[in-house]
Amino acid sequence: MAYLELRELRRAFGPVVALDGIQVELETGEFLSLLGPSGCGKTTALRLVAGFDRPDSGSIVVDGKDLTRVSPSRRDMGMVFQAYSLFPNMTAEQNVEFGLRIRKNRRAARRKRVSELLELVGLGHAGKRYPHQLSGGMQQRVALARALAIEPRVLLLDEPLSALDAKVRVQLREEIRRIQTQLGITTLYVTHDQEEALSISDHVAVMSSGRVEQLGTPAEMYSAPATPFVAEFIGTMNRLEAVVVDGERGEVEHGSTRLTVDAAQGRTRGERVLVLVRPELLELEASTDGGAAGENTLRGEVLTQTFLGPVTRLKVIAPDAELIADMSTARAAALPIGSRVVAHVPVAGTRLLSLSEEPASDGQDRGGR
Amino acid sequence: MRRRWIAPSAIVWLLVAAAFFLIPLIATLLFSLRSIQTGKCCSGAAYSLIVHDHQFWTTVRLSFLLSLETIAISLLLLVPTVYWVHLKLPRLRPVLALMALVPFVVPPIVLVVGLLNLYKGAPSWFYDKPYGFLAAAYVILAFPYMYFALDAGFRSIDLHTLTEASQSLGANWRTTLTRVILPNIRVAALGGSFLTLAIVMGEFTIASLSAFKTFPPYIQVINEGQPYEAAALSLLSFLIVWAAMLALLFVGRGRSRPAQVAAAR
Repeated sequence: MAYLELRELRRAFGPVVALDGIQVELETGEFLSLLGPSGCGKTTALRLVAGFDRPDSGSIVVDGKDLTRVSPSRRDMGMVFQAYSLFPNMTAEQNVEFGLRIRKNRRAARRKRVSELLELVGLGHAGKRYPHQLSGGMQQRVALARALAIEPRVLLLDEPLSALDAKVRVQLREEIRRIQTQLGITTLYVTHDQEEALSISDHVAVMSSGRVEQLGTPAEMYSAPATPFVAEFIGTMNRLEAVVVDGERGEVEHGSTRLTVDAAQGRTRGERVLVLVRPELLELEASTDGGAAGENTLRGEVLTQTFLGPVTRLKVIAPDAELIADMSTARAAALPIGSRVVAHVPVAGTRLLSLSEEPASDGQDRGGR
Repeated sequence: MRRRWIAPSAIVWLLVAAAFFLIPLIATLLFSLRSIQTGKCCSGAAYSLIVHDHQFWTTVRLSFLLSLETIAISLLLLVPTVYWVHLKLPRLRPVLALMALVPFVVPPIVLVVGLLNLYKGAPSWFYDKPYGFLAAAYVILAFPYMYFALDAGFRSIDLHTLTEASQSLGANWRTTLTRVILPNIRVAALGGSFLTLAIVMGEFTIASLSAFKTFPPYIQVINEGQPYEAAALSLLSFLIVWAAMLALLFVGRGRSRPAQVAAAR
């Protein structure tokens, strides 16, 4: 049995359905991220788990106990908020100590625990400082230490890094993961940043319109998106609308171009599909005027080039689609804006999603594991 | 580093403002120092008479205790109310603000007549005693000052996040209010308390019409026939109110640092 279970949670605010019966399970010590765009219901789900809001239906079970109607102060959930939430009238030490004082722990034990936790988050030297004397990153570290001090059943993190600058964000997310792994604490993390979610989570649940679109490991999410939404949301994806013309040979027709992709094998002739190709799998080369395009290729013209450091992202306008390809910056220099190119669609490594069926019909589960 | 300087026009305005406030005080002081017999400077007889009048101390004490009672009742009533309205019932804020304006609109003379009628059947420990009837009237009178001060204080902190953070750490509502929220709206509560103190120490109409001998009616009695003592009393009352405010500030200041305005939700 899972340690934390969100069973068919539903929550509506008037006519707006924020959560539409989500089902999520976490094992002990697991790190799960709820990932999705603004308004997808991820924060609502977290607030329900924390007890700050009540679901219209469904239940929240932790370690076999139903906590759905338990008040937040009795749930033993440590929470780090998006907004800086340290108590301004208390020092960093007093903030971390707060939960322990509520629990009436002995003074010596409290002091020891506070000291250990501040050391753990790298702020052993800043215990006497007030929140306004700490940077944003330091405040969130103290907030993390404060949440961990009560030895919570589940650690809840509500976009804790969103107010920080990029460098601190990367640094702190690695620390969060290190501490979570070290303490083995079951963690539910909410973010809209897919890079953040993929880099620190054991599992990711991508949410959209109050539902879990797909739940899996970061690698599964990236390599095998179950729905067009997930494909679009996780990383960048080329989407080519096509029709299956030969299921046996794995051939589809995109506009007037016939493409062969392994993923189309076994599909029904006439089925409308979405061919998904990651930018790094799309090979571009300069087109020779009048020459044959070759198999599995699309012709186009370079529209923009975006320098991303080691790679450069090229946007290519093809007759029936807009393509994005990532290639080494050195090679991209040979394909300036306006040049004619040929894009090679790989036979293997390409995903296919059916457009005529429900989104989750691609053999992937939806939500629960 | 560039040297800071004050614009000449600012100095002129400061001097004008200082003159506006200080000239009447200095004039009152000089007047109060005149001899009661000869009318010439300088004698402390007026001050001596005042401080040796037990009515002075009785009325000052009564007004001061009334102001403390009013502050305590107002804070006990309004802090949880405003907290709850901000947290759970934000739609009620305009209603509360409108209610808070009523004491501004209703003249004290109308208020006291209404209250005397309203409380006519109340027990004598309440109706006949200043700490009952007058305190109730003063709480109504101080309502707008205390409410708007607290409202501003609650708006300056991220109430939802602080409350939720406290609750997630195991604190109940009472602990959250007393240990997390109150210390962070302390400045606002102090501001409301100062205003309440000043109002109660100087309130004449209600006290006089309901026949309670507080400090302002005492000043009025002295003012009728003893001009030098009245001037001395005016200065003393000014000093007393300032001393009371400083005492309140000292008591309410606490040990902790000033609250930082948390990030907006």
